[in-house]
This record gives sequence, structure tokens and C-alpha cells, in this order.
Amino acid sequence: MTRIKRILLRLLTMSITLFGVAVIVFFVIRVVPGNPISMMLPPGAQEEDIARLQALYGFDRSIPEQFFIWLSGVMQGDLGTSITTHQPVLGLVLSRLPATLELSVVALFLAVFIGGFLALASTRMRGTRVEGMIDVANGMALSIPDFLWGLVLVLLFGVLWPVFHISGRISPTLDFQFQTKFYLFESVMRLRFDIWLDLVSHMFLPALALAIPLAAIIAQLLKQSLKETMHLDYVTLSRTKGYGENHVIIQEALPNAILPTLTLVGVQFTFLIGGTVIIERLFSYEGLGNMAIDAVINRDLPLIQGIVILFALIFTIVNLAVDLTYAALNPKLRHG
Amino acid sequence: MDNARAQIKRKIGVRLWLSGGWLTFLVLAAIFAPLISPQDPLAQDLFTSRLPPFWVDGAEPGYPLGSDSLGRDVLSRIVFGTRIALSVAFIAGTITCLLGATLGLIAGYFRGWPDMLISRLVDIWMAFPPVLFAILLIAVMGTGLTSIIIAIVVIDWTRFARVIRAEAIGQSAMDYVASAQVAGRTRFSTMFREILPNVLPTIAVLLTLEMGIAVIVESILSFVNLSISTDQPTWGGMISEGRVSVHQAWWVLIFPLLTLFLTVLSFSQLGEGLKDHFDPVLK
Repeated sequence: MTRIKRILLRLLTMSITLFGVAVIVFFVIRVVPGNPISMMLPPGAQEEDIARLQALYGFDRSIPEQFFIWLSGVMQGDLGTSITTHQPVLGLVLSRLPATLELSVVALFLAVFIGGFLALASTRMRGTRVEGMIDVANGMALSIPDFLWGLVLVLLFGVLWPVFHISGRISPTLDFQFQTKFYLFESVMRLRFDIWLDLVSHMFLPALALAIPLAAIIAQLLKQSLKETMHLDYVTLSRTKGYGENHVIIQEALPNAILPTLTLVGVQFTFLIGGTVIIERLFSYEGLGNMAIDAVINRDLPLIQGIVILFALIFTIVNLAVDLTYAALNPKLRHG
Repeated sequence: MDNARAQIKRKIGVRLWLSGGWLTFLVLAAIFAPLISPQDPLAQDLFTSRLPPFWVDGAEPGYPLGSDSLGRDVLSRIVFGTRIALSVAFIAGTITCLLGATLGLIAGYFRGWPDMLISRLVDIWMAFPPVLFAILLIAVMGTGLTSIIIAIVVIDWTRFARVIRAEAIGQSAMDYVASAQVAGRTRFSTMFREILPNVLPTIAVLLTLEMGIAVIVESILSFVNLSISTDQPTWGGMISEGRVSVHQAWWVLIFPLLTLFLTVLSFSQLGEGLKDHFDPVLK
């Protein structure tokens, strides 16, 4: 199969998946007992007011009809109007998306850095006590999900040794006009490292909570691949050539051991993004996930739909990117 | 080599005993909750609000782990919270397992269009952020134990379906399956009598892990106040209250968190231990 054909096939399954997500979320939330409109109006509202609002939001039509109206809107980039804020859903979700993306990417980098370091360290010190300790820590990190790590971090670094902020995205006292919603990126670009430091001290704990389970997975798999590679002849050869152990591990073994880990990181990255929903809530971080929970609690149907679709879109894009990167990196598939 | 194997076995043994011990302890605590709780878990008393745990100055006897901002005893609430956590773990875990494993078996053994359909559904499910999906389902169905169990089953069946499907595909290729069919077994009988027993160890491991996940999902839901009714003590609900008052009364957060932490760790260590126990290489 040529590469273009493969990409087209992937795009097709992607759209089927997204359509499936749209159908499910749309129908699930319309099973809601009770009228979402009734929550928007004061008690004792006139019948005609209710009817007018229902018509405005399209709730007076049949459910399949509502679905196709909504779907054709989505195709044109119109996700509807939020019930609680009366603003277009697209604008609302786009205003929160950068915060979530920054958090996820920082968490991903942390996970790769910590996981990679642990794998290299335990390969370097294999057979010693350090390797055993890293294994135990890894086992713990693997079994405990991000939500619990978040709470542990709140206690450790928010209360016992308060070095980091445990809620919000930026200190409200800072007077700084951002041009974009990518605060972290923008603060670096504009060389405002004081602002950057404040952002990092807010973001560090939630990012670390998201990163710990992934770091453990990376450490475990990379260590396993390194172990297999270290037995190969060419590694022994480079050792007999007189290279030091660090050079052998990093320059010779690592490039050959890294591919399975890369694929796994891609797949696990979607789980990490899914984890932002509760982690943002826990750290009162103003991102998409926090907005999603508020939307569910307020029964803001159009907003919920928009956020879920956006998450699904991000997940499928990440998966596609992983597949394509893997195909590009794996020599076995390169000429396929 | 034998020595190393014995060492690994001993390690597994210790892990299984520790995690099994903690979980047994929890089951007993849940059953005898009214007997071991020093206080009524719902009794509010503003005169005893935010009492510290017993080793800190200002503690009151009868409140060994302190009290929350409404004067409710932390220990008693944890003990009663065990009931909900364990019910959710066992019931939701078992139903999820039955549904997911059945679908996985069907997809992996029959292949063809059932497999297409089930795999497509799994793909769609994987594109949902699970926590958001669970919260959404609870918001739709209303709070309560049944809703929580349904939500966990709905979001997590894919975990079983994916793994069991892959296992069933592997088993179907083996000779014993072909000979069972030659011997005249029907397709369904082959699936349940031949393939199922061979994937049971995997199912047992997944089930144990799933129970830990169910406990977490329940606590996440009660953390966002979407679990059981608010007057029933849950670990997640306590954690949520503790998170708010963490600077004034850290013990309201730390004790339920520690309980949850140990419980989740135990379920997962039990699962890992079982996995090694069933591993033919280590036997």
C-alpha cells in the first residue's frame, strides 16, 4: 500500500470515529430527564417564553432533526451557542484550548524527561541497589493514577512545603496583557521571564501529576528495550573498541531501542490529555477540562457537545500523527 | 537460576499477602462499620469542628483521626466510606468484566462482522476522555449507586474487550481449537468450553485491576460531587472537602487519601501478583 493510500484510509476511519462520537454524545445527553430550557428561566416563566427559547436553541424539533442541524453546523465550524453564557461555543472552547494544550505538552515533556532519565540511569547501574529502587518506584507510579498523584502533590508541595501554587493558571495580581492565550509560550517570546516563572510555578504540579504515570510506563518499556539491545553484538563491539559505558548506552544502544517507546508515548499521550479533565479541576486550572465539568454540572448541552467533539478530534489527530511518525521512522515501513 | 526464581516467587508472595491483607481488612471494616466507628459518621457538632488527629495538641478522645469542618469524625466517615468503595469495586468490576470479556471473546473468536462492529465501537470509545464521559453519564442519569455502576461499566468495558479479543485471536489459532471443532463441538460450545478457560487467568488479572479503577472512578465522581447523595460519606467526597480546607485542616484530606492510595495500590499489586502467578515461565 502506498503511503498516500494509507493516509486516506486513516482519515476515513478517523471521520467514522468522530461521527460515532458525535452520535453518541448527542443522543446520550438528550436522554436527560427534564428540559434544559427550564433551568435557564426563573420559576413561573410564561409558556410562550419557554417556547421561544426552545425554538431559539432548536429543542422543539425531533432529536434526529436536531442532530443533523447541529452536525451541518459543526461542519461549517458552528458549534452552537452556550446556554449558560450565551456566547458561541466555538469561541469559548478555543479560548480554553491553549491552556489545556500547554499543560499537556509540558506534562508530556516532563514524562519523557523523567522516564528517559530513569531508564538510562537504571541501565547504567544495572544489578545495583539503585536499579532495584527505581523498579519499586516505577511499580508504584504505574499503579496509581494521575488524580491521586495530584492530591499527593497538593499535600506535599502545597501544604507541607509550599513552594508551588496549587490553584489557578497565573497569579491574579500580575498585571500583564497577553496577546494570545498561549501564556507560557508568549511569556518566553516576549522575554518576560518573571511572568514565565509564575506560570511555571502554577503549572508544575498539575503537569507532574499527569506526567508521573506516563514517566513510569516510558521508563519500564525503554529499560526493557535497552536491556535487549545491550546484548546485541554491535554494542559489545563498540565496548571492545574502548568506548565508555555512557557512550555505549546513549550513542549506540539508545537509537535502536527507542522506537517501541516512541509509539507507546504517542498512544499514551491521548490518555494524558484525557487526564487533564480531572487534574484541571483539582488544581483549579482554567482549561478545557475544568470548563467541561462546569458545563456538565450546569447542563449546558451545546457546550458539552462542543468540548467532547474537540477532545475526540484532538485524540484522533494525535493517533494519526503517531501512525505517520512511526511509518516515517520505521525503516521496515519506509518503502512499503 | 533456580535461586533467582525462588527470590522472585518470594517477592510475589509478600506482595500478594500485603495487598490481600489490606483488602481483607477493608472488607471486615465495611461489614462491621457500625461496631468499629467511634462516632456516628453523619453527626455534626460545631463544638468539635476541625479537631486534629490524636498525636497533635488539642485532639479529643473519640476522634482519633480528627474531625472535619462540620465536626464529623474522620475515622468513622472513612470506615463507612469503605462500604461504598467496595460495593462499587466488586459490582461494577464484575459487570464490566462480564460485558467486556464476552464482547472480546465474540470479536476474537468469530471475527468477521461481529469483530468489525465491536472493534469500531472500541475505537469510538477510545476517542472519549473517560473521566468526562463518566461525569456526563452521571449528569444524565442522576446521582446514586446504580448510576455510578452503570457509568463505570459503560466507560470501561473496552479495557476487557481489547485484551480478551487479542487473547482469543491467539487461542483460536491453536491446534486444540481446531481439534475441538473436528470432534463436533459447536462454535459457541468451543468458545465457552475451550477458549474461555484458557483466557480466564487474563480475565482474573484484568478484573482485579478493574476493581482498583472502579474505586478511583467513584472517588473522582464524588470529588466533583456527582456520586452518591451528599449526606453519605465517600472517600472522594471527603477528599473534595479536604482539598478545600487543606490549609486549615490537612488531616481531612490526608487520611481518606491514604486509604484510597493503599486500596488502589493493593488492587493493582494483587493483579500484578496474579499475573506473575499465572505466568508459565515462573511456575
